[in-house]
Amino acid sequence: MPTTISPIEAATGIALQQYLTVAAILFTLGAFGIFLNRKNVIIILMSIELMLLAVNINLVAFSAYLNDITGQIYALIVLTVAAAEAAIGLAIIVIYYRNRGSIAVDDINSMRG
Amino acid sequence: MYPAIVFLPLAGALLAGFFGRTLGDKGAGFLTSLLVLVAAGLSWIAFYHVGFLGEEARVPLLPFIGVGDLNTSWSLRIDTLTAVMLVVVTTVSSLVHVYSVGYMSEDDRQPLFFAELSLFTFAMLSLVTADNLIQLFFGWEGVGLASYLLIGFWYHRPSANQAAIKAFIVNRVGDFGFALGVFAVFYIFRDVNFDTIFAAAKEKQSLTLPVFGYQANALTVICLLLFMGAMGKSAQFLLHTWLPDAMEGPTPVSALIHAATMVTAGVFMVARLSPLFELSPTALTVVTCVGAITAFFAATVGVAQNDIKRVVAYSTCSQLGYMFVALGLGAYAAGIFHLFTHAFFKALLFLGAGSVIHALHGEQDLRKMGGLRGPIPFTFIMMLVGTLSLTGFPFTSGFFSKDAIIDVAFASSAPAARYAYYLLVIAAFLTSFYSWRLIFMAFFGKPKDEHAFEHAHESPPVMTGPLLILAIGALGAGFVFADYFVEAGYAHFWRGALFTLPSNTILEQSGHVEAPLIKWLPTIMMAGGFLVAYAAYIAAPGLPAWTVRNFKPIHAFLYNKWYFDELYHWVFVRPTAWLARFLWIYGDGAIIDGLGPDGVAARVIAVTKRTVRLQTGYVYHYAFVMLIGVAVLVSYFAYLFRGALFKI
Repeated sequence: MPTTISPIEAATGIALQQYLTVAAILFTLGAFGIFLNRKNVIIILMSIELMLLAVNINLVAFSAYLNDITGQIYALIVLTVAAAEAAIGLAIIVIYYRNRGSIAVDDINSMRG
Repeated sequence: MYPAIVFLPLAGALLAGFFGRTLGDKGAGFLTSLLVLVAAGLSWIAFYHVGFLGEEARVPLLPFIGVGDLNTSWSLRIDTLTAVMLVVVTTVSSLVHVYSVGYMSEDDRQPLFFAELSLFTFAMLSLVTADNLIQLFFGWEGVGLASYLLIGFWYHRPSANQAAIKAFIVNRVGDFGFALGVFAVFYIFRDVNFDTIFAAAKEKQSLTLPVFGYQANALTVICLLLFMGAMGKSAQFLLHTWLPDAMEGPTPVSALIHAATMVTAGVFMVARLSPLFELSPTALTVVTCVGAITAFFAATVGVAQNDIKRVVAYSTCSQLGYMFVALGLGAYAAGIFHLFTHAFFKALLFLGAGSVIHALHGEQDLRKMGGLRGPIPFTFIMMLVGTLSLTGFPFTSGFFSKDAIIDVAFASSAPAARYAYYLLVIAAFLTSFYSWRLIFMAFFGKPKDEHAFEHAHESPPVMTGPLLILAIGALGAGFVFADYFVEAGYAHFWRGALFTLPSNTILEQSGHVEAPLIKWLPTIMMAGGFLVAYAAYIAAPGLPAWTVRNFKPIHAFLYNKWYFDELYHWVFVRPTAWLARFLWIYGDGAIIDGLGPDGVAARVIAVTKRTVRLQTGYVYHYAFVMLIGVAVLVSYFAYLFRGALFKI
C-alpha cells in the first residue's frame, strides 16, 4: 500500500479509511434492515437504497483517492439504477397491496414450502 | 371333416365372445348352437366311419413344441375311442346349447355364456382327439378353465365364486400329479406321442424309478401319477369335494360339464392310456379301489341331500366310480360304455332338474317341491326316463352298462374285485333309493309351497326338445350299442383302440355269468331301492323324519358329506390361510414393503419434511441466506487469492 498522503486527505484531513468505515457501517445497517425488518416492505426498499448509497460512497472515495474519474461516473450509474429500481419496487408494492391488502413482510410468504 | 368337428366350436366361441354385442343374445345362442350342431352331425358320421367301417385316421395339423428330444405336434388321433367321445361330447354339447337358449333367456350376458360353452366344447374335443400327452394336457387344462369360468358365471354370488375357486384348486392338486406323470413318461420313454409310448410300453415294463428313496416300478408310478389327475378331473374319492359345489353354475353347465363330459375326461384318459395301465396291476388295483369307494361313498351322501342338483351331482360322482371300477378291472370297454350311456341319462336328469328349477323360478330345495307331476307333466316323464335309466331298469341304457360293470366285478379275479363288487351292489341299491326319493319328493305328494306351485309352468319347446332327444338316448343307447361296445361286436368295433393283454378276458368271463341270482342282483337292488323309497316317501311319509330323529349321528354324517369339507378346511385350508396371512403381513408387508418401497418412501418423506421448513416464503430469510452465501463466497475467494488481493 502507498504510504503517501493523498491530496484529498491533505485538503480535508479525512483519511480513506474513515470513508470506508462509514460506508461499511451504512452497508451493514442496510443489510440488517433487510432481514431484521418484520414490518414493511418499503423499509426493505429503503434498506436496499441504503446499501447502494454505501457502495456509492466507496466508489467516490476510491475515485478521489486514486484520482480516477471512472468511479464517480460509476456512482452516477448506480444512482440511476437505484432510482429505476425504487420506482419498479414501489410499483410492485402498490400492485401487491391492491391484490393482497397488506404489505407487511410477515404476510408475504406465499412461496412457503 | 375331423378338424371341422374340433374347430367349429372354437369358431363359435370366438365369434360369440368377440362379436357378441353385434350378434345379440339370440344371435349368439343360435350361431353357437348351429356350429356345435354341425359338429355333432359330423361326429355321428365320423362315428359311423370309424366304428363301423373301420376308417381310423391321424390328421396332422401343426408342429407344436420341439425342444431337444421333445417333439410334439398338433394332430388329431381318430380311433373308435375318440369317435365315441366325439359323439358324446358334441351331442350333449349341442343339446345343451339349444337348451340354454331357453334356460338362459333372461340372463343379461348370454353371448358370453355361449362363448364359454363353445370354448369348453372345443377344449373337450381337443382333449379327446389328442395324439400326445401334451395336447391332452392342453385340452385337460382348457376344460378346467372353461369349467372355472362357467361355475363362476354368476359371479355376483359369492358362493359361485367360491365354488369356482374350489373347483380350480382341487383340480390343481390332481393336475399336479398329472403333470408329474407326463414328466415321468417323458423321462422313461423320451417321447410323449401315444404311438411311441404304447409301442415301447412292453419293454419298459421292468424299469424302475426312484421315489422317496425306493425303487418303484416305473409304469406303476406313471400310472398312479396320471390317475391322480383323473381323480381330480373325475371327482373321485378324496378329490371329489369340488363337484357338488360346482352346482353353483347354471344348470346347463352342470349337465354338460359336470355330468356328461368333463368329469369323464379322467375315465377317457385312463382308457386312452390302457396300454400303460394294463401293464401295471398295482395301478389297476388302486383304480378299482378308488372307484369302488367313490361309488359307495357318493351314493350314501346322495341319500341325505336336499338340493335337487346336489343329489344328481353325487349320483354323477357315484357313477364315475362305477366307470373306474370297470377300468381298474381291465374292462375298459365297459367303463367307456357306461360313460357313453351315462352321458345321455345324466344330462337328461340335469336338464330335467333344470326344467324343474326353471318352472319354480329358481327353487332347488326338494323339501319345498312336491306334486309337480301335475303342472309339469313332460318334465316329469323325462325325469322318470332318466331315473329308470340311471337305476338300471331292464332294457334301458343304464341296465346294459351298469350291469355289465357289476358282472365284471363279480367275474373278475383281480385282488380288489370282490370288495368292489359288494360296494357296487350296495351303491346300486342306494342309487335307486335316492333317485326315487328325488322323484317322489319333487313330483308326488302335496305341494309344500303353494305360491310357487301355482306359478309352475312347463318349459318352452327349446328346452323340452333336447330333453326328448336325450330321453331317446337314455332309453335306447344301451340296447342299440351294447353289442358293439362290450359284447360280440367288441373286437370289430374297438379294433385295438382299447389295449388289453391276451390274458385279459374279463369281458368274456363276465358275459358267462349265468347264475340267475347274480345276473339279476342289480335289478333286485334297484327294485329294493324303489320299494324303500316308495315306502318312505309315499306310503309312510313320517318314516324319513323318524329315521332322522332316531339315527341322528348317521344322518348328520351323511348330510355333511362325511365331513370332508370340514376335514379339508381344518387340515388344508386353515393352515394355508394362516401361512398366507403370516407371509402377507410379516413377509410381504413388514419385510419386503417395509424395507423396500414403503421404507424408502418414508425416509424420503421424513427428509423432505425437514428440508421443506427452509422454504419459509419470507423474503428476508432468503435475503439473509443470500447474504450469508455471498459473505462465505467472498471470504473464500479472498482467502484463495489473498496474495493477489492485497498487493495493490
